[in-house]
Amino acid sequence: MSLVGIWVILIPLICGLAAFAVGGRSSRVIGLIGAGLTFLLSGLLVLHVWQSGVWIYQLGGWDVPLGISLRADGLSAFLIGMTGAVGLGISLYAVRYFEALTPGPSQDPSAALRTGSGRGEESGAGDSPEAERGGTEVWLPGASYWPLWMLLWASLNVLFLSNDIFNLYVGLELLTLASVALIILQREQAAIVAGLRYLLAAFLGSMAYLLGVALIYADAGVLDLGLLADAELTGTATQVAGGLMAVGLLLKAALFPLHFWLPAAHSSAPAPVSAALSALVVKGAFYLLIRLWFEVFESAGTVSVEQMIGGLGAVAIVVGSFQAIRQERLKLMIAYSTVAQVGYLFIMIPLAGSFGDPEASWRFEAWTGGLYHALSHGFAKASMFLAAGVLLSALGHDRVWHLAGSASRFPVIYLSFGIAGMSLMGLPPSAGFVGKWLMLRSAVESGQWWWVVILLVGGLLTAGYVAIVLSQALQHDVDEHTEPHPVPKLMTVMVFALAAMSLLLGLRAAEPLELLEIGAPFQTLMSVVED
Amino acid sequence: MSEFLIYGLAAAALFAICLHGIITRTHILRKILALNMMGSAVFLLLITIAERNQVDGVADPVPHAMVLTGIVVAVSATAFALALARRYHAQTGHTELHDEDGST
Repeated sequence: MSLVGIWVILIPLICGLAAFAVGGRSSRVIGLIGAGLTFLLSGLLVLHVWQSGVWIYQLGGWDVPLGISLRADGLSAFLIGMTGAVGLGISLYAVRYFEALTPGPSQDPSAALRTGSGRGEESGAGDSPEAERGGTEVWLPGASYWPLWMLLWASLNVLFLSNDIFNLYVGLELLTLASVALIILQREQAAIVAGLRYLLAAFLGSMAYLLGVALIYADAGVLDLGLLADAELTGTATQVAGGLMAVGLLLKAALFPLHFWLPAAHSSAPAPVSAALSALVVKGAFYLLIRLWFEVFESAGTVSVEQMIGGLGAVAIVVGSFQAIRQERLKLMIAYSTVAQVGYLFIMIPLAGSFGDPEASWRFEAWTGGLYHALSHGFAKASMFLAAGVLLSALGHDRVWHLAGSASRFPVIYLSFGIAGMSLMGLPPSAGFVGKWLMLRSAVESGQWWWVVILLVGGLLTAGYVAIVLSQALQHDVDEHTEPHPVPKLMTVMVFALAAMSLLLGLRAAEPLELLEIGAPFQTLMSVVED
Repeated sequence: MSEFLIYGLAAAALFAICLHGIITRTHILRKILALNMMGSAVFLLLITIAERNQVDGVADPVPHAMVLTGIVVAVSATAFALALARRYHAQTGHTELHDEDGST
């Protein structure tokens, strides 16, 4: 049982390598086995942390500071659980998605599915050199998907479990490599440009983070998160290091104005990849940032910096939402929505930061609220991107203004889109509501009323772009010219399942919230009782 | 101390130059080179730290281990970036990344 945290990293890694070695169409069998096992192990890890508290493992039996330790507290378990559930949903969807992509004997490969990134006209032209070469080299995006997706999953779990800041750097780089390779899976021009931009931005972020690691080591002489937290660093080197690491991670988490790479990268990828990037990968950098912010740099943070980050989050909510409303393509709209939703996550920083009484309960409320919002966004956004993928493969386009009347043909898809949108808006009883409610309470209790305004305005703006899609879909004038491509049922089922999860987690929030209390860096009810 | 300060400042300067390069240059190869050099700047700093932290004339091995791992990561990342740049060139015929919607 105590090794479950190791297997949650090793299994996807092994299955990824095996899928790569097998190659071809059968790689998906291994990929699916890997996804199923990783899901189960993630569940076991959550259960283990739930029952017996914080899990720590010294790799190779070497104690810190010499060795590297893995550690799972409530926060890690919470995000690993989310990754497991969303990852399984995406995997099941991807099986059918890439099956449809695989050029059959009679099918035209470019007609079957398009990623619908930037320009529909150009994407056809981009495919033609591949199609000409098709005789000699058959390119199966599905065969490359599984090894990379497993690698991505493994590196996410590394990120959530590792307790060593340099080890975390390696995890970040692995995550970037896997993400970019997945974005360019279909070798479309728009995706390659977006992938290259993303790669350069993400590496820049990693380098800033690495420089921060070096400076921290110079100051403290240790790399272990626990030891660094105990050291209570406050020196200038630590502040510089904190700034560098924060900027690097903000770039990877795409907080405004460092979000410039996100919309193109997330919207030009194949649907299962877009879903994983928006729902999970962004959360990886976010997780690391709040882990460092509230544990290592806790005593180095200042109110003004925290308010500034919260302010950037607020601008992200407004700008991202307005951009989302303006978009003509569904996938770009959803990608801009991610920019806005990332803003929400960072409102947590000033609320849970050093404003006011350090022992106050609102800090823990804001922290859990932000994380609960991350959880609900994970499920809701994965569902939305997968829904867009269904529409794209069925209709051959994702232009919002041409979706008129399609609700009658895809009722479940739009129902799921609506549910997911509800969670993003923060309407009760969705999971998004729980997160937003906790943040609102924290803002009111701490007297930071300005965040209340932005949290509420953001909800209205979110309602704006969700309503645009739904009102288009519910119109009567059905476009008779396009006969929709049949879409496998499993894809629709997964879209609905993920949306339903974002709703159910709002109805049953007590357990996940209690899980977050385990090992939380704040005064919580539980820690008061224990003391 | 002053000797370490020189190395430290050199690392900082190199990092700053590379940051400038990544932001202002449009040629992809230059951007990748700048990122690579940025890694070298951090490695320089780490080796300086190893030397500074020495005990009984033996340098601190932890930064050395970090540099070695960092080099492996940098090599694979650079290789991947170069492969991607080649594909970009093959598909678009360009070697430069032009700004359409912002920086990088």
